[in-house]
Amino acid sequence: MLPTELRASLAEQIASVDHPRELLVDVMFAVQDHYGYLSDQAVEEVADLLGMTPLEVEELATFYTFVYRHRVGKYVIHVCDSVICWMDGHESLVEHLERKLEIKMGETTPDGLFTLLPVCCIGYCDRAPAILINKKVYGPLTPEKIDEILAKLQGEA
Amino acid sequence: MPNNYPQVLFQNRKPDRITTLEEYQQSGGYRALADVLRNYSYKDVQEALVEAILLGRGGAAFPAGRKLMTIADDAPFPRYVVCNADEMEPGTFKDRVLIHADPHMIIEGMIIDGYGAKAEKGVIFIRPEYESAAKILEREIKIAKEAGFLGKNIMGTDYSLDIVVHRSAGRYICGEVTAQLNALMGRRPNPKQPPPYPTEKGLWDRPTVLQNVETLANIPHIIRNGPEWYKSLAKTETGAGTKIFCVSGRVNKPGCVELPIGVRLSEIIELHAGGMPAGSEYKACLPGGASTRYLSKEFYDIEMDFEPLRQVGHRLGTGAIMVFDHKTCLVGATLNLTEFFARESCGWCTPCREGLPYIRDLLARLEAGDGREELIPMLQQMSKHLWSSYCAFAPGAVSPVESLITYFEDEVRDHISQKQCPFK
Repeated sequence: MLPTELRASLAEQIASVDHPRELLVDVMFAVQDHYGYLSDQAVEEVADLLGMTPLEVEELATFYTFVYRHRVGKYVIHVCDSVICWMDGHESLVEHLERKLEIKMGETTPDGLFTLLPVCCIGYCDRAPAILINKKVYGPLTPEKIDEILAKLQGEA
Repeated sequence: MPNNYPQVLFQNRKPDRITTLEEYQQSGGYRALADVLRNYSYKDVQEALVEAILLGRGGAAFPAGRKLMTIADDAPFPRYVVCNADEMEPGTFKDRVLIHADPHMIIEGMIIDGYGAKAEKGVIFIRPEYESAAKILEREIKIAKEAGFLGKNIMGTDYSLDIVVHRSAGRYICGEVTAQLNALMGRRPNPKQPPPYPTEKGLWDRPTVLQNVETLANIPHIIRNGPEWYKSLAKTETGAGTKIFCVSGRVNKPGCVELPIGVRLSEIIELHAGGMPAGSEYKACLPGGASTRYLSKEFYDIEMDFEPLRQVGHRLGTGAIMVFDHKTCLVGATLNLTEFFARESCGWCTPCREGLPYIRDLLARLEAGDGREELIPMLQQMSKHLWSSYCAFAPGAVSPVESLITYFEDEVRDHISQKQCPFK
């Protein structure tokens, strides 16, 4: 269940716009931030808040890259695999991340800290190869820089 | 060589921070808006943009003024103005740089464009990867509102407009106009085939005019300095204004640079992007994002303007120049681009949903050395099928594939005869 306070603030936000469903992405993000991902229960809660059916929400939740319908780690690492990053060593970057974290693309570390996911061009081709961690961009990357970033995040967790 | 061309959109660009409202005003900012609100009818705005030949900078190059003119005089209210900041074309990052350089230039452009549409509601649609840009825009919109440039009775006149920032959750197709409108309404972002056009029935069935970030940023300058001045900025007869080119790939200085429309490709690469690294030779570039055609060596000196490129069967697209050198495998690059499109297809119509994975598999076989002669006509035929899809996504998606065969058929054949990628 969503905490009453969060529910109330979302309801207030929804009441302030012309059409509730225009806030669908914002509400999905807020609920996802609370649970860590958009669980089945979360989909129903979002639907309920917006006066939509769970199916209508599901249709959008499964469509978007940054809505997670499965449990993800505290830090979601999106590795850009589009053409400029591909040219600038994306493959060895992925190999390094997989080796370092001991998981494959699409998996989460057993401690629940990191998830590895691919992503389409993130618009940082001037800083290729680049990745996003919780929507923050890092690049251009080398194996050493990745090690530094991961160590820092592990230290903060 | 320093860039000595007039800087219009980047005139206030700083290395480490945005231009504040005060700084933007010192450079003449919001004077165009004051002038428009006092002395222009909404039709005058439309005419000024038509006269300046302002073409959409998001890839489609539709005339911005004509778009406004398609709104009927008696069209219903409320009308909407939408700023498309969903730049997701691979290789393209100019809108991100522009928002971080001078957000008020975009806001002012959007207000004037909104005035030209008699719009009272504005929305900036932005991709989730640009969260920092979204925060900047929200903050600066608030500052503009406090200064009286937004909200009710702008600068003491009858015109009112509010702007909100709408965050996307990330899909390439949301950059397509009709898909974006669906996304804004909380519907699945499938494109819709016009008519009705968005300027007739857009958001919530109301007239909606949608423009790219860079297109909007041009508007205050056109109003302030006039269409003739704007046209004189270009190097070509057919062109008008400047263009932000974002250069990436095999160049020494990847990044964004503002240059006159019509500047030659060779000049952009050699002078403004620091040239190619030692040992690298130019093989091809995609001139305007992933959905444009490879420009082979024979086009190395081409004028980067909409019309000259169109005349040789190419498109300027977004002006995102991705440079490939002689050591880069273009079959591999095209496979990567097709993978992108196959993944990002919204899946609504069959040619796109089924055709792109098919093409990807053919390219993957070629790249892996499992290719046969008959795969080449299959690629051509399948690419042709994609032109019968629902929106412009699929014809764009096969542009690299088609031009790969047009200009680099030998390279494709080498993959077949050597039974492996010759670059590995």
